[in-house]
Amino acid sequence: MLDVAQAVEIDSVVKRYGTVTALHGVSMAIAEGEFFTLLGPSGCGKTTLLRCIAGFEQVSGGAIRLHGEDIAPLPPHKRMVNTVFQNYALFPHMTVLDNVTFGLLRRGWGTRDAEARGREVLRLVQLSEFAQRRPGQLSGGQQQRVALARALAPRPKVLLLDEPLSALDLKLRQAVRSELKSIQRETGIAFVFVTHDQEEALTMSDRIAVMSAGHVQQVGPPREIYEAPQTRFVADFIGETNLIDVTVTQVSGAVARLQLPGGAAMDCPAAPGARPGPGHLSVRPERLSLCAAGQGDLAAVMQDHVYLGTDTQLLMRLADGARLVVRQQAGSGTVPDPGAALGLRIEAGAARLLAD
Amino acid sequence: MTDLRHFTGFRPLTVLCLFILYAPLVIVAVYSFNESTSITRWGGFSLKWYVDVFTGPEAPKFRDAAINSFTIAIGAATCATLIATAAAVAMTRAGRFRGKLASLALINLPLMVPEIVTAVASLVFFITIGLTTGLLTIFLAHVVFCIPFAYLPISARMQSVPDVYEQAAMDLYATPWEAFRLILLPLMAPGILSGFLLAFIISLDDFLITNFVKGAGVETLPTAIFGSVKQGIKPNIMAISTLLLGVSVVCVTLSWLIGRAGQKR
Ligand SMILES: Nc1ncnc2c1ncn2[C@@H]1O[C@H](COP(=O)(O)OP(=O)(O)OP(=O)(O)O)[C@@H](O)[C@H]1O
Ligand SMILES: [Mg+2]
Repeated sequence: MLDVAQAVEIDSVVKRYGTVTALHGVSMAIAEGEFFTLLGPSGCGKTTLLRCIAGFEQVSGGAIRLHGEDIAPLPPHKRMVNTVFQNYALFPHMTVLDNVTFGLLRRGWGTRDAEARGREVLRLVQLSEFAQRRPGQLSGGQQQRVALARALAPRPKVLLLDEPLSALDLKLRQAVRSELKSIQRETGIAFVFVTHDQEEALTMSDRIAVMSAGHVQQVGPPREIYEAPQTRFVADFIGETNLIDVTVTQVSGAVARLQLPGGAAMDCPAAPGARPGPGHLSVRPERLSLCAAGQGDLAAVMQDHVYLGTDTQLLMRLADGARLVVRQQAGSGTVPDPGAALGLRIEAGAARLLAD
Repeated sequence: MTDLRHFTGFRPLTVLCLFILYAPLVIVAVYSFNESTSITRWGGFSLKWYVDVFTGPEAPKFRDAAINSFTIAIGAATCATLIATAAAVAMTRAGRFRGKLASLALINLPLMVPEIVTAVASLVFFITIGLTTGLLTIFLAHVVFCIPFAYLPISARMQSVPDVYEQAAMDLYATPWEAFRLILLPLMAPGILSGFLLAFIISLDDFLITNFVKGAGVETLPTAIFGSVKQGIKPNIMAISTLLLGVSVVCVTLSWLIGRAGQKR
């Protein structure tokens, strides 16, 4: 971490609203030029953290550093951070160009330079021909791009985006995703992007911080978050997973030896913090395959199936009554009859022992 | 809900109310164009009483009164609007503070207190602090009772402006003052203009309080008209009243239109 310059360091930040604690000692570091996503369910504190970085809220504890400098004493207008608000908050009485140059003029740019830079940024978001329109005369997607241009124009050290795509319809949202990502790459500005849409997070981010109830659950690249979840919350929140109750007999480093329901023993990668005793194993449905009864790692009984087009979901039940989902790709094998006894094989290395 | 219009007697009652409210105004307006000197007998159409207002024997008196009235109305409405704007900003932007409800009650108090009480109290107050009654005391009293009228449209407008705009401005390096001046103020402008016009017309039309605190020899239009009426009603009074009515209607309509245009944006 030391060789990478940190754009933002969030150090044990606590935020209380009266008796409500919205952030319980949150820590993370966002690197220069990184696309960093805060992902979590509604009410987990994503907006609160962004508002603390932008300066609209005072932290109750901990520190936030921007390029190494503690920004606690700085009011919002002195922080080199810009925000794309959820509903854009474009100034309705100003033209698009005036919106975009607003920040530049406040920072003391000359009118000429500000206008040139404004037009340059509008070109970047492909809105050059709309410079003289009012925000009210633009579509939702266009407004979103004006908000982005306005926030990018002063070349902030960090750009904060609070669910900027949530007001767009699905089709547009997918188009804007790649556009946003390429703009981020082009400008090299660190983005802190808030969403509760896991697909958005997985497709766009360099790294993701998964949050829940004011805590950071896990920080890592999308692949790691998906394939190596550390907690039940992360495993369950990102994608679909099977949580299997197991007994951990031994943990040595990142590998654990455990006993599956039914008695079979196996070695598998373990999340940091996993301890011997009862534990939870996470296995993605597509990492389970069917085999004959008596073989494989688990014994299961077929219950039902759901046809999804590209694949079929097989709903299984273990001997102890726990439910399991197996995902079978279209055209790969037949769907067993309900009530059929089967064996399930866990793909080597695909299961993970969780920390909790 | 039962439609009110189906109640027995609704229609005649409505007509009666409208008649009582507006018939006097219509009569005054119509008779101001009367050729004859009588205020009850129609003698044909003429503009002579309007000419009389501007050139007749009472013209200098009316002119001085009009100058006083408009000066005070513009000054008092301006001050009241400034104060009401500040109050509206505090009420909608300062979050919850101690005494918020009390402040709100205080701002709107002049609407609730009977005007005669305010009039007497103002006079007593000015005498107590040793202020000679005159233009200044009229002005001060007008500022006070104009505040709630200016406050109503301004605060209504402000409540419809979410504070995220000012946050966006400050996020873009605007100081709190710049955020207010460049963002909030323009967005509030329709409310402020509407409030000003309302305060202006309230000040222009006031008689009771003005009559108490004006001091000898100082007249505004309403007190001057009242003075003339005491010597008998002449049609020139109707002409000048009709003119005032016109100014009122124009201001109130403008205030309403501006307020409505602001809401729509
Ligand atoms: N001004 C406030 N006063 C009191 N509690 C607040 C305030 N703002 C936020 N909270 C609380 O803090 C918690 C986190 O809120 P926050 O807005 O950060 O959630 P979020 O993750 O952005 O959710 P969403 O996805 O719904 O936007 C919530 O429980 C919320 O009720
Ligand atoms: Mg939020």
